[in-house]
Amino acid sequence: MSELNKLAKSLKEIENQLTDCMKCGMCQAVCPVFKQTGDEGDVARGKIFLLERLAEEMLTDAKGAKTRIEKCLMCGTCAANCPSGVKILEIFLKARAALTEYIGLSPVKKLIFRGMLKHPERMDALVETASRFQNLGTSKAEPNQGTRCSKLLSGIIGNRHFLPLARTPFHKTVPALNIPAGRSGLKVAFFPGCVTDKMNPEIGEAVLKVFKHHGVGVFMPKGQACCGIPALASGERNTFDTLLAHNAALFAKEQFDYLITPCATCTATIKEIWPMMAEKDSIEKCRAKQWAPKTMDISQFLVDVLQVAPAQKSDAGSESIEFAGDTVTYHDPCHLAKSLKVKSQPRDLIRANAGCTFVEMAGADVCCGNGGSFNLQNYDLSKQIGMEKRQNILTSGARTVATSCPACMMQIRDVLSQNHDRVKVRHVIEIYADTIKC
Amino acid sequence: MSLSSSLISELQQICGENGVMTSEVDRQNYSYDAAVLEPTIPAAVIRPNSKESIGKVISLCNDSGTPVTVRGAGTNLSGGTIPNKNGIVLLTNRMNRIIELNETDMYVRVEPGVVTADLAAQVAAKGLFYPPDPGSQAVSTIGGNVAENAGGLRGFKYGVTKDYVMSVEFFDALGRKVTSGSKTVKCVTGYNLAGLMTASEGTLGVFSEITLKLIPPPAASKAMMAVYDSVEAATQTVAAIIADKIVPCTLEFLDNFTINAVEDFSNVGLPRDAKALLLIEVDGHPAQVAEDGERVEQICKKLGARAIQVARNEAEKDKVWEARRAALSALARLKPTLVLEDATVPRSKIPDMVDAVEKLAQKYDIPIGTFGHAGDGNLHPTLLTDRRDPAQWERVEHCVADLFDAALSLGGTLSGEHGIGIAKAGFMKNEVGQSSIDFSRTMKAAIDPNNILNPGKIIGQ
Repeated sequence: MSELNKLAKSLKEIENQLTDCMKCGMCQAVCPVFKQTGDEGDVARGKIFLLERLAEEMLTDAKGAKTRIEKCLMCGTCAANCPSGVKILEIFLKARAALTEYIGLSPVKKLIFRGMLKHPERMDALVETASRFQNLGTSKAEPNQGTRCSKLLSGIIGNRHFLPLARTPFHKTVPALNIPAGRSGLKVAFFPGCVTDKMNPEIGEAVLKVFKHHGVGVFMPKGQACCGIPALASGERNTFDTLLAHNAALFAKEQFDYLITPCATCTATIKEIWPMMAEKDSIEKCRAKQWAPKTMDISQFLVDVLQVAPAQKSDAGSESIEFAGDTVTYHDPCHLAKSLKVKSQPRDLIRANAGCTFVEMAGADVCCGNGGSFNLQNYDLSKQIGMEKRQNILTSGARTVATSCPACMMQIRDVLSQNHDRVKVRHVIEIYADTIKC
Repeated sequence: MSLSSSLISELQQICGENGVMTSEVDRQNYSYDAAVLEPTIPAAVIRPNSKESIGKVISLCNDSGTPVTVRGAGTNLSGGTIPNKNGIVLLTNRMNRIIELNETDMYVRVEPGVVTADLAAQVAAKGLFYPPDPGSQAVSTIGGNVAENAGGLRGFKYGVTKDYVMSVEFFDALGRKVTSGSKTVKCVTGYNLAGLMTASEGTLGVFSEITLKLIPPPAASKAMMAVYDSVEAATQTVAAIIADKIVPCTLEFLDNFTINAVEDFSNVGLPRDAKALLLIEVDGHPAQVAEDGERVEQICKKLGARAIQVARNEAEKDKVWEARRAALSALARLKPTLVLEDATVPRSKIPDMVDAVEKLAQKYDIPIGTFGHAGDGNLHPTLLTDRRDPAQWERVEHCVADLFDAALSLGGTLSGEHGIGIAKAGFMKNEVGQSSIDFSRTMKAAIDPNNILNPGKIIGQ
């Protein structure tokens, strides 16, 4: 019991926040996981109850509780709809850290986080090597989506359909930038994020094209590391701290007006999680707090700051190349719509391309089911949730589905590819950038 | 503390392996509901997926003397879904089919696990209307609604859940199937067991199918907000509206404390110095709505409303209701623990009740926000506290007891819509007298000789 007592003590940090939950159960109405399973342990109320019991030392099976706490997309839909305003994501992140400290990381996670993710250069080198040999163990899955699958690795990755790693990652094409402000008078720090860097460099290129077009100066320091959320979501606080310190030191080297990312998850992490989870009184906490108000998703920056507005239909089709005559729908990434309440700006950005027509899909703001490591640990459930998203995309009749998060793009591409659907998956910035001539 | 392994394996045979949960975390996760009460960890959690399996599970439990607590969404506010230590929780959410939606005869047959809002939406899609709208309708189940006789905002005009129950099918304590009621409007065949089962809180049987009455939806509606400098003026308005033979579909009340909490929370522009707000909506035929709306407006003015805001369109209507929708959330954020009461008085006694609540708040030094359904006298005095503070919690318990006394002394009742469960079982005697409890206990003992169906709820042990 003395060990459990230690765990209980480390959960004291969140005890006040736990008490805010009045167990009304309204989270059952919106939780994507509960919708599939109907299991109280899968919904926020149930998880919070387990944490209360651990803190009170009234529950002995900490491992069982950890499994429950981790079976969560961290989509924040419950938090956005909670009548009592319980800080659910903060509770879960802190609880995962406490539980991981108590129980330990799995050997695989230890290898991934401490052996790879924590060391950006090693990570880049490993991914680069992997990209050269990736065709060996994988085969083409769905030509329309450009996806691959792997029988060889099916024990680890299941029958996922995924994009191959980029031949040249974004950081190889553009290792670093420091361009002064142009006619916009603004200079931004640019954080492309891991998925953009390693799988979708075209997103990073589209962002730079747009910055150039609007005369926005760009500071992109060399050697950026992961934002840290995958580690933190697995309770690996140590790796998170290292990554945060690494990134914070890089971005502190230059002055900038905004910190921009094309990834909803990175944006929410930098804006909310960095200041929340950085070590107390650390220089990182201080910097994260300074940067939080400046941190923005690319579409919010373009619409709210640079005043990009929906295009007039009179010049329809005149500019767009790839999306001329297309119908485009939009999937709200949870970390943008629920965490940061950014919903209209990405839609406006799509509408700024007069060549295509925007159509709203049903359940646009329902989680796609990816949830980062949730997808790795609960693939079947993740896919079930994703299939509902696929149905809504198809029902909308759109030929392209756009979103603002490369992680959601992975999930949506997987479920579409599995069904041989021809709907294209794009980032909103690609749709806007398509209207800009170089 | 645990069930015999032979019983577990028999339950597994009936409900499938994943229909029987026995791990510590799973059992903990079904030890509580939305009431502020101590959890009780059950011995197992069972999820039957067919009518037959419900009957078999109950029969097994009866033979082994295992208590059964039925649970839908676990939103109960009186502890009715908190299980017994050696008992099982019987979850209904695998049985969530709408069996038949009959537009011609205007009824719907459902399994008990159907979510209220899902049902209402499907009914609306067919151009019909299922009015009961308890606050938890987005998650609550029809089985739970019937077992608690759930109310809602529309109670005054449209009634509560019991007014829509046409027939029930349930399994009794011996696992026998029982049916009562009919799909017909009229039915006097046998005892009105459907009536008995409504609000029985899982103590008399377990529903396997419920038939609900549907009605045509109103064609039009009109909403308004009236602002008052005294609670009396607001309640006199309520009385005058009713005396004028107008029946609004909703007639909601917010006190000064709640008004300020809502304003702090959502900044919707409510007058902070107002003593009371009435939110009124009339519905029906467009011509009648126009006429009723105008008359209600005149009555509000005549009885001293200092301002009246009539919604001219859907957006404005939404704004009028935002204040009411935000009430519970706004109050919930003020203190860690929220005790939501539902003592109900005849509507003419609302000023006395509001007065009594204010006095109790002062006496026990506990902040209380009061809002609720003025049209039917069902107010929700909401006590804000921190259950971790023993001294404060003791004051809350005394305050709640006095609150019940106040409601009863005004000719009211302990519970308008949340049920008795465990929370109010001890106060039953004050309202109905010992002989009524004895009668209920005799009936329960005859129906459930081994006392396995949600023992301890409503009538105590």
